[in-house]
Amino acid sequence: MSPEDGSILTAPREQRQSRARLKVIDCDVHHALGSLKDLHPYLSQRWREYLDVYGPRSPVPFTRSSPYPKAAPALSRTDSWPPNGGPPGSDLEFLQKQLLDANNIEYGMLHLLSPTGMDQRNQDFGAALATAINRWQYENWTQKDRRLKAAIVVPGEDAAAAVAEIERWAGNPDFVQVAMTTHTIEPLGRRRYWPIYQAAARHGLPIGLHTGGHNGHAVTGAGWCSYYVEEQHNVAISQQAVAMSMVCEGVFEQVPTLKVVIVEGGLAWVPSLAWRLDRHFDRMRAELPHLRRKPSEYLRSNIWYTTQPSDEPERPEDLRRIFDWMGWDRVLYATDYPHWDMDNPGQSIKLRLTEAEQKMIYADNARAVYGLA
Amino acid sequence: MSATVGGIDCDVHPAVPGLTALLPYFEPYWREQITVRGIDGLDLASFPSRVPAHGRADWRPAKGKPGSSLKMLQAQALDGFGSQLAICNPLYGAQALFNDHFAAAVARAINDWLIAEWLDREPRLRASMTVAVENAELAVDEIERLAADKRFVQVLFLAMGDAPLGRRHYWPIYAAAERHGLAIGVHAGSAARHATSSNGWPSYHLEDYALNAQAFQSQILNLIHEGVFAKFPTLKVVGIETGFTWLPNFMWRANKTWRGVRAEVPWVDRPPAEIMREHIRFTLQPTDAPPDPADMAVVLEQIGSDDMLLFSTDYPHAQFDGTEAFPAGFPEPARRRVLVDNPRRTYPRLQEAMS
Repeated sequence: MSPEDGSILTAPREQRQSRARLKVIDCDVHHALGSLKDLHPYLSQRWREYLDVYGPRSPVPFTRSSPYPKAAPALSRTDSWPPNGGPPGSDLEFLQKQLLDANNIEYGMLHLLSPTGMDQRNQDFGAALATAINRWQYENWTQKDRRLKAAIVVPGEDAAAAVAEIERWAGNPDFVQVAMTTHTIEPLGRRRYWPIYQAAARHGLPIGLHTGGHNGHAVTGAGWCSYYVEEQHNVAISQQAVAMSMVCEGVFEQVPTLKVVIVEGGLAWVPSLAWRLDRHFDRMRAELPHLRRKPSEYLRSNIWYTTQPSDEPERPEDLRRIFDWMGWDRVLYATDYPHWDMDNPGQSIKLRLTEAEQKMIYADNARAVYGLA
Repeated sequence: MSATVGGIDCDVHPAVPGLTALLPYFEPYWREQITVRGIDGLDLASFPSRVPAHGRADWRPAKGKPGSSLKMLQAQALDGFGSQLAICNPLYGAQALFNDHFAAAVARAINDWLIAEWLDREPRLRASMTVAVENAELAVDEIERLAADKRFVQVLFLAMGDAPLGRRHYWPIYAAAERHGLAIGVHAGSAARHATSSNGWPSYHLEDYALNAQAFQSQILNLIHEGVFAKFPTLKVVGIETGFTWLPNFMWRANKTWRGVRAEVPWVDRPPAEIMREHIRFTLQPTDAPPDPADMAVVLEQIGSDDMLLFSTDYPHAQFDGTEAFPAGFPEPARRRVLVDNPRRTYPRLQEAMS
């Protein structure tokens, strides 16, 4: 599928054509392991055996299924299974063809969903896993296609090990951000994570927060929801709590140059969250003397938000209001390839965009955040 | 006089003084338990009364908790806004106790105290009934005990309890509520069963308070997708003190997600936003309004319904200054509906009592 195949119903013809030529920086691409054994070359004998016998262990009930079985096998588009075998996202050549070439993608930001080193209950294994994942990404993905950029996967519940992992890769142009899961033992703004933010900022690396991980907490403040149709939405809701925590804990006062990219939560919630936090900050600011600015200002200066799953207002033009309210420079395009709910660059933003607006959203905002040429 | 004259205030908070003061409303067994064990102090940690946000400076009595004086509530909430009626939502620990029997006893005591010391003394007051929400059998007993008293118009839950409110063990409560024309009120607050965010326990009270919006969002999803409104087609659920300016973006995402995954919940046979517009209501305060008053009307247009908001002052909480309960930019034509029409439709028992 190519961008020309997509139609923007509300956009005039000449804009559709210019969009087809547009370069895209995709801020959420999922590569995948063919199997866990792909990590064997990067693990010591001890951890190879651990991986094979005990496997990844996080606080979940099942060995392989999600507690909320997903909408599609491997969470993915049916046409994304590589013809040569393996799960969606595991075949570089097929990913190049189906995603990068077809959509004129200039850079793709890789986020490995599973396993992560961060939600491992055995923290030594988590650290070994993170290191192995990073070596695997480097050798098999970013070195083989310069369009693909990796995130340094860190065992973020162990800040010292996470910082060591950042130091191992920082300066390597294949790694453009640090990836942490969002379902953490404590909210991400809490100070146990600050050394990680300091290390990332020191190296000019944004923190990429793709929704994911397991922390044993209920998926809502009101308890465990029942259905995947809820859980899918609740992960977007939980990204609001992530942003709130980063702001309210004063992370951006401690580390003013820190950039945070919130991935796979959509973004239409950003304005109303800003209004709510500002309003109640007005009433309770004595509790947060460490904040020198209104919460909305940190949301606007230190955090960026990816588009997918694209917000679809009942009146499409309301999306323009959302971008106006949150700031157009905050918006980063993402496809979430190869997942079932992925967005296609030709189709997902159902809004008339000027050429300048298109350039910002589809590429230039991301270029600036990640310091890409 | 305020522009809210004749309105129905759907959220005021008489302060429960404490278990010792409620002793006359308990059975002898519980009087002894409470006294011998020294049980007291079930004020919810979600609303510490000394926090300025939870008691407006000019609405605080010289002594005691904000909301503890009937005279002040009469003068400031009822006369002050010219309200024809106000619905009392007592926030006290019955919903958060683990001992179901004790929870039921505390709920009953709160209700009887409210009748004797507030409702019987002020004819403009209506109330939510407190029940042992985590034990449907005991909760229904209490609903049946009070149902004949039409001054009770709602059953009160917290936004964050044991489990999401769509789960079936709560359904007998909804059946009883629907049978008697009672709304389900879901008030901000946590029973601390779960971290207030799915990302763990935040550090600050501000975050806990703000997170009531996210919790109520999750509640709406669960109520809809468990099929509560398919089963109870006339039930209304009111988000009290949860904010509502997040509603447009929440509706958009709920519709989109349902479109993708609706095969999982075949009883949800129309877009969630439609179901929300029919069944979900919100109290006006706090209005987390956009900074430009001109955008307030935009948000209401995006909500796409004039039926969903219910006037409230949230007395004695400090949500606004003076008597400007409507946020700047709130369109005049919609105000009458918010003040009177929507509360009447949401709480049918108000009409019976007024006729």
